[in-house]
Amino acid sequence: MADIVLDKVSKKFPDGTTAVRDVDLEIADGEFVILVGPSGCGKSTTLNMIAGLEDISSGELRIDGQRVNDKAPRDRDIAMVFQSYALYPNMTVRENMAFPLRLAKLDRATIDQKVAEAAKVLELTPLLDRKPANLSGGQRQRVAMGRAIVRQPKAFLMDEPLSNLDAKLRVQMRTVVSRLQKQLGTTTVYVTHDQTEAMTLGDRVVIMRGGAVQQVGPPQELYDHPNNLFVAGFIGSPSMNFLPATVEQGTLRTALGDVPIGDRIRRELEGADAPRELILGIRPEHFEDAELVDEETRRRGAEFSAPVDIVESMGSDKYVYLTVEGGRASAAELEELAADAGAADFAGAGSNLVTRLSAESTVTEGEHRRVWFNLEKIHLFDPSNGRNLTLHEAHPAGAPAA
Amino acid sequence: MSGNATPAGADVAADEADLRTGGRQAAVPAQRANRRGRAPLSENKRAERRLGLLLCAPAALVMLAVTGYPILYSVWLSLQRYDLRFPAEREFVGLQNYVTVLTNEFWWTAFGVTMLITVVTVAVELVLGMGLALIMHRTLVGRGIVRTAALIPYGIVTVVAAFSWRYAWTPGTGYLANLFSDGAPLTERASSLAIIMLAEIWKTTPFMALLLMAGLALVPEDLLKAASTDGATAWQRFTKVMLPVMKPAILVALLFRTLDAFRVFDNIYVLTAGANDTSSVSMIAYNNLIRGLNLGIGSTMSVLIFITVAIIAFVFVKLFGTAAPGSDDGERR
Repeated sequence: MADIVLDKVSKKFPDGTTAVRDVDLEIADGEFVILVGPSGCGKSTTLNMIAGLEDISSGELRIDGQRVNDKAPRDRDIAMVFQSYALYPNMTVRENMAFPLRLAKLDRATIDQKVAEAAKVLELTPLLDRKPANLSGGQRQRVAMGRAIVRQPKAFLMDEPLSNLDAKLRVQMRTVVSRLQKQLGTTTVYVTHDQTEAMTLGDRVVIMRGGAVQQVGPPQELYDHPNNLFVAGFIGSPSMNFLPATVEQGTLRTALGDVPIGDRIRRELEGADAPRELILGIRPEHFEDAELVDEETRRRGAEFSAPVDIVESMGSDKYVYLTVEGGRASAAELEELAADAGAADFAGAGSNLVTRLSAESTVTEGEHRRVWFNLEKIHLFDPSNGRNLTLHEAHPAGAPAA
Repeated sequence: MSGNATPAGADVAADEADLRTGGRQAAVPAQRANRRGRAPLSENKRAERRLGLLLCAPAALVMLAVTGYPILYSVWLSLQRYDLRFPAEREFVGLQNYVTVLTNEFWWTAFGVTMLITVVTVAVELVLGMGLALIMHRTLVGRGIVRTAALIPYGIVTVVAAFSWRYAWTPGTGYLANLFSDGAPLTERASSLAIIMLAEIWKTTPFMALLLMAGLALVPEDLLKAASTDGATAWQRFTKVMLPVMKPAILVALLFRTLDAFRVFDNIYVLTAGANDTSSVSMIAYNNLIRGLNLGIGSTMSVLIFITVAIIAFVFVKLFGTAAPGSDDGERR
C-alpha cells in the first residue's frame, strides 16, 4: 500500500505527438482514483506510465515516496488488470493466479493458501482447474482480478476492466470492484471512458482531454461545479444542454427567452471579465413541467414554451426532448464531445433540448408545452476558452479536492 | 471476446449456473454425442452434402492422379525384381526387396546420416529462426528491408545456393576453403557433413523464421504487459508466456521442417554427390533408381522414405498434438 505522486509527468512519442502533458496528481494511500476521458485523451498512457509499461518523457513519478521513473514494471510492485483480461491461455485459473507468486519465489504452501483465499473472495474456487478458454467473460474478468489481488501489491492499476462485459454484468461487477477495493484498502487507479463508471466508483475522478487534466475532484463536485465546458458536457447522462446566450442590459438573451440575471451571476460575470457572447448550460433535471411547479419554486426560475419532440418514459422520470429554435452553441470542446459520442455528423436544425421531468407530467408528443427551468442551477461558459464563469467562490477553478 | 458467444444477459445467468454446477463442461460432451449419434439427414441436408462432394471431386481426382497413382505404382514396383539392365528377369518377389534393403549396411549408413542432418539442422534452425523472427517482429526502423534481407537465402534456388557453397569450399579458388586447414573440406566425411548442414541451415532458417513470426503475431501484447507487471523478467516472459502461446505455431514449423529435412537431396547432390558416406536416403534411392536403373530396389527405398515421413508426421500430430495444417480446432485458442 502506498501513495502515488505524478509530478509534471509528460509523454512524448518519437513521432512528436504529446500524449500526456504535465500531469500533476497526488493519489493518497488507499484512495480509488478514476482517470476518465474520451478515447485518445492520454488516460491509458498515463496508467501505463505508472505501471512502467511506457517510459516517462519528463517529470517524476513517485510510488511510496520513491522515484520509480527508471524502474522496470516488475520492481514497482503494482498489479494491473487489462481490458482483455490478459489471462495466460496455457495455464489453469489456479496457475494464472499463482503466476506472480511463483515468480516472486514464494513457497508452495504459501502460494496455495493465497490463491485459495483470493479464489474464495472472488467465488472462483470451483473454477480453479479450468483453462481460461472454458470460462465466460465475467469469470475471466474475476480471474484477472484474482491474479491482481493475490500479491497484495502496493497499488492496483485497472485499464477499462469492465468494458468487455455486457451491460448487466458490468453493473454487477462494478459493485464487486468497489467492495473489493474498500475491503483491501489498496490504492487503485482505474481508467475508463464511461462516465457512469467514473461517477459511481471513484473517491476522486480525474477528467482528461488531449493529454491534459481538466479537473480533479469527487464525482459530485465535478457534476455540480464543472470548471469548464468539457467537464460539464462529459459528466452526466443525458448530458448538459448547451445553448448560445447573449448578455444585454442585465438580461440574458437565449433561445429559451430573455432571462433576468440574478445578483449571483451578475457578480460572477463582472468579476470574470466576461464576453457578451456566452454559452448557457442547463442539466436535464433542472427543467420541470410548468404545471407541476409551485409558486414558491416558480420564482427561482423562468418559463418558456416549446414543441415536444419525443417523450421517453423511464418509469421514475420522463425524458422529454424539446425543439427550440435558434443556433447551436459552438465551441471546440463541444465539437470534441460530439465527435466522441459519434454524433458529430448528426446535428438537427433546431437544437434539441433534453429535459428530465417528473413522472407525473402529462406531457405528450407533438404538443406545445410550458416548461420551467431553475435559474439557480444554470452555468455560463466563455465560448473562446470553455471556462465556467459562474463557479461559486468556494470552488475556484482547477482546485483539487482537499 | 473470443469464445464468449453467449448473448447479453444470458452470460450472467450462465455465470451463476457455472458456479454451482460447472455446467458448461458437462454441456460439451453432450454436444459431441449428439454429433456422433447419426440423426437421419433431412432431404435438404443430403442435397447439400451431395453438392459438397461434387464440388470436391475434381480436386480429389487430380490429387489421386498425381500423388495416389505414383505412390501405388512405386509400391507395386517395390514388390518386384525389376532391373532395367536385365528386363527379362522381371518377376514378383514379394517383400524380398525390403529384406535386401533393410539388411544392407549402405541403407542404414544413409539413414543415420539423414537422421543426423534432420535433427541437427532442425534444432539449429529452430533456435536461429526464433531469433530472426524476434528481430523481424520487433524491428521498428526499416522493417521491410530487414525482412527482405532475411528472406533472401530462402528465395535462392537450392541447387544454385549449393553450387555457390561448393565453389566457396573448393581448394585454391574458394574463399572459405582454407579457413580451417589446408585440406579440401569436401573430401572428408565430417567436414562434408558439416558443410551440408551449414548449407541447409543457411537456406531454410528464413522459412522457419517466417513460420515462427506468424506465431509471434498470435501472442497478444497485453499478455506480455501482464507478465511484466506480474514480475517476469524478459527471459521468463519468453519462456513462460510467449513459448507456450506459440506452441502450436512452433510445432507446425517443426513438422514442416522435419519432413523437408528428412528428404534432403539437392545440397548433397551438388556438394558431395554422396561421396565418403555422405549420402542421404533420398540420395541412395536416386542412385539406385535413376543411375543404377534398379526400379525394384529404388522403389523399395522410396516407399521406405515415404513410410518414415508418414511416421514422423503421425508422431507430431498425435503425440505432440500439432494441429494438422488447415484444421482449426486443435490447440489454437
